[in-house]
Amino acid sequence: MIRLIGFFVGVAFTVAVLWAFATGAYTAATEPAAPTAEHEFHRTPRPLHLASDGPFGRWDLQQLQRGYQVYKEVCSACHSLKYVAFRDLAQLGYTEAEVKATAASWTVPGIDPVTGETNTRPGTPTDYFPSPFPNDIAARAANNNAIPPDLSLMTKARHDGAAYVHSLLTGYQDQPAELLKKFPDAKTGPGLHYNPYFANLNLAMAPPLSDDQVTYADGTKATVDQMATDVAAFLTWTAEPSLIKRKQTGWAVMIFLVFATILAWFAKKQVWAPITPKRPKKD
Amino acid sequence: MSFPWAKQYEPKAPLMRYLDEKLPLPRFLYNAVGGGYPVPRNLNYWWNFGVLAGFCLVLQIVTGVILAMHFAANAGVAFNSVEHIMRDVNWGWMLRYAHANGASFFFIVIYIHIFRGFFYGSYKAPREMVWLLGVVIFLLLMATAFMGYVLPWGQMSFWGAKVITGLFGAIPIVGEPIQIWLLGGYAPDNAALNRFFSLHFLLPFVIAGVVILHIWALHIPGSSNPTGVEIKSESDTIPFHPYYTAKDGFGLGVFLIAYCLMVFFLPNFMGHPDNYIPANPLSTPAHIVPEWYFWPFYAILRAFTADILFVPAKLLGVLAMFSSILVWFFLPWLDKSPVRSGHYRPVFKKFFWVLVVDMAVLFYCGGAPAEEPYVMLSQIATAYYFLHFLVILPIVSMIERPNPLPFSITEAVLGSDDKAVMAANATPAT
Ligand code: HEC
Ligand code: HEM
Repeated sequence: MIRLIGFFVGVAFTVAVLWAFATGAYTAATEPAAPTAEHEFHRTPRPLHLASDGPFGRWDLQQLQRGYQVYKEVCSACHSLKYVAFRDLAQLGYTEAEVKATAASWTVPGIDPVTGETNTRPGTPTDYFPSPFPNDIAARAANNNAIPPDLSLMTKARHDGAAYVHSLLTGYQDQPAELLKKFPDAKTGPGLHYNPYFANLNLAMAPPLSDDQVTYADGTKATVDQMATDVAAFLTWTAEPSLIKRKQTGWAVMIFLVFATILAWFAKKQVWAPITPKRPKKD
Repeated sequence: MSFPWAKQYEPKAPLMRYLDEKLPLPRFLYNAVGGGYPVPRNLNYWWNFGVLAGFCLVLQIVTGVILAMHFAANAGVAFNSVEHIMRDVNWGWMLRYAHANGASFFFIVIYIHIFRGFFYGSYKAPREMVWLLGVVIFLLLMATAFMGYVLPWGQMSFWGAKVITGLFGAIPIVGEPIQIWLLGGYAPDNAALNRFFSLHFLLPFVIAGVVILHIWALHIPGSSNPTGVEIKSESDTIPFHPYYTAKDGFGLGVFLIAYCLMVFFLPNFMGHPDNYIPANPLSTPAHIVPEWYFWPFYAILRAFTADILFVPAKLLGVLAMFSSILVWFFLPWLDKSPVRSGHYRPVFKKFFWVLVVDMAVLFYCGGAPAEEPYVMLSQIATAYYFLHFLVILPIVSMIERPNPLPFSITEAVLGSDDKAVMAANATPAT
C-alpha cells in the first residue's frame, strides 16, 4: 500500500517538475534571455598578493601604516571604520605616544561636561573611528544619493575582498565604446562613474585616488596602484585583526593533532592486531 | 538487546560497587559504549560517522553556550555583538569560527552517515526505528542551523529568514497568518530574532534527547555491518571497548585535522560574504542563497517553476521540498529487498551511485543563481530524486536477484577456511 501511494506521489512530482522543465525549455528556445551589460562587461578582481596571505602569512607593518595613512587622508572623508578603535593601531607598530597623538588628531563627537550639550573633542585611544557624516541622510545628500559603506569589514564582505578593493580603486575607466554600441541604454548616469569591477558597473564613488595624493613617510612612491594596495592591506587588517594570530594558532593545533592522530593510528593497530586475520596466502 | 556472550560489568573498587548499587551509571555506560556492547567485527570506517556526529553535537553545545554569554539577541545590536565576539572577547574569533564551521562539519558528517545508511540498507528491519529517529534528528538539525544562521543578523541572515519563512505563505488560506505568527510580524525583525535565539538555544538539547533514543533503539538489535548479515555467534562480534573506541579515536583525529584546517586557515570559505554586511530590509542581495548544506533542498524548491492547473508553482516547490526529506521516513517500507548491503545488490548499487551524482548536481544547482542552465539541470535532477526513492527503489527491490551472501560475518572476514574460522573462534575477546 505504502509503495502504491509512494509510486503515485513520485510520478506526480516527476510529471510536475518535467512539465516545468518543458515550459522552461520552450521559453528558453523561443525567447532567449536578453544579454545585459553587467553580464558581459563585469570583471572579476585581478589577483593581489599581500604579505598576510597564505598559511604562513605575516603582517607587513610598514604597509599597514601606509594603508592607514591613505585611509586617514583620503577615504575617511566619506567612509567610517566603526569597529576599529584608535587603541587597535598599536598593533600596527605604533608606540603608545604615537597612538595617543594620532587619536588626538581625529575629532570625535562629545558632550560638554558643564552644559551637557553635544560638541566635539579630540579623540583618545579608547574612542572608535568617527563617522564622517552625522547620519545616513547627510551621507546620501553628500554622495549622489549613495551611502559610503563602513569599511571595517569590507574585505570580508566581498568575494576576493582585498583584491576587489584594489581592483575597484584602480579600475576606473571610460565606458567602452563597444558597450555603448551594444547597450545604448546602459550609459553611465550623471554623478556615477564607470568601473567594470563594481557589480552593476556604475558607482557613486568618484575615483578617490590620484598619483602622489599622499606623501608616505617611508619614501615609498605614492602611485595609485601603491596606495590601492596599501589601503587594501590595511582593510584586511581592520576586517580581522586576529588573522595572523589565527594562522599561527592553527599551526600549533595542526602539529599537535597530526602527532596525536599518528599515535591514535598505532594504538588502533596494536589493539586490533590479535583479531586481524593475516591475509592468507593464495592457496 | 543482549547477546548472551556480552561481558558483564563487575565493579571492583569499593566506590564503584557502592555507585553500582545506588546509581548504576557506570554499568549503563559499560553496556552502551564499553566492553559490554558486542559489535560486529567487520565495521569499516563509514561506521565512524555516528560517533563523529555525537562529537559535533557536543562541540556545538559547548561553543554555542559560550557564544551565548557574549551574544545579544536584539536586531539593533546583534551584528555588533558578533563583531564584539570576533574582536574583543578573548579567543572569541576562535569560538565563533569553531561554531560556524562546526555546523558545516556537522552536516558533512550527517550526510555521510545518512548515505552510509542508504548504501548498506541500515534503514531495514529490525532497525527501522533507529532510522526514523535519525530522520527526526536531521530535521531538528536543519531547523537549528537555519535559526542559528539568522542570529548574526547579516544580509543573508535576514533575507534567508525572509525567503524561508515566506515559504509558509505558499500554503493556501492559512499560509499568511502562519507566516506572521511564526515571525511575530510581517518581516523578520526583533521578535523573530529573539524567538530564533531562544529556539536555537533549546533545540540542540532536544536533539541530544532524540540522539539518546536513537542509540537506545540501535542497541536493541545491535549495529549492522557492511555485509548486512546479522550476528550469528560470538565469533562475529568484538566488544566495543577497546576495539571501536580505538578505531573511533583515530577517526576523530582525522576529522579534527580536516575541521581545524578550515577553522584556522579558511574559516569563511563555507560562509557567504554578504553576511558580513549588516541586515538591511531595504536592500535585497543579488542572489539569496541559504547555507551550503541546504542547497540540494533549495534546488528542489526552485525547480518547480510552472503552475499545474490550480496549484501554484510555489506551493508545488514547497510540497516537493518537504516531501524530499519526508520520503526518507518511508524508506524501510519502500525498499523491501531482504538483502541489506548494497555490496550484494548489483542493480541497486548502480542506482545508489546515480543518486550520489544526482545529489551532487542538486547541490551545485542549489548554490547557483536561478538562471539557465541551472534551473533546467535542477529540474532533471529533482525528477530523478523522486523517481529514485518512490519508483526505482521499490521496483528494483522486487525484481533484482542479489548475489550470494556470506554465511556469517566471521566467514566474510576470514574466508570459509575452517582452520581460520576455528582460530578466530578461539580468539579470546580481550
Ligand atoms: C567622496 C567620497 C568618497 C571617498 C573619498 C571614498 N569613497 Fe569609497 N565610496 C563612496 C561612495 C558614495 C560609495 C558607494 C558607491 C555606490 O554604492 O554606488 C563608496 C563605495 C566604496 C566601496 C564599496 C564598493 C561596493 O562594492 O559596494 C569601497 C570598497 C570603497 N568605497 C573604498 C574606498 C576607499 C578604499 C577609499 C579611499 C581610498 C574610498 N572609498 C574613498 C564615496 C567615497
Ligand atoms: C545542533 C547544534 C547546533 C548547530 C547545527 C548550530 C548552528 C549554528 C549556525 C549555523 C550559526 C551561525 C554561525 C555564524 O554564521 O556565525 C550559529 C550561531 C550561533 N549559535 Fe549555534 N548551533 C548549534 C548549537 C548551539 C547551541 C547549543 C547554542 C547555545 C546554547 C548555540 C548558540 C549560538 C549562538 C549564540 C550563535 C550566534 C553567534 C554567531 O553567529 O557566531 N548554538 N549556530
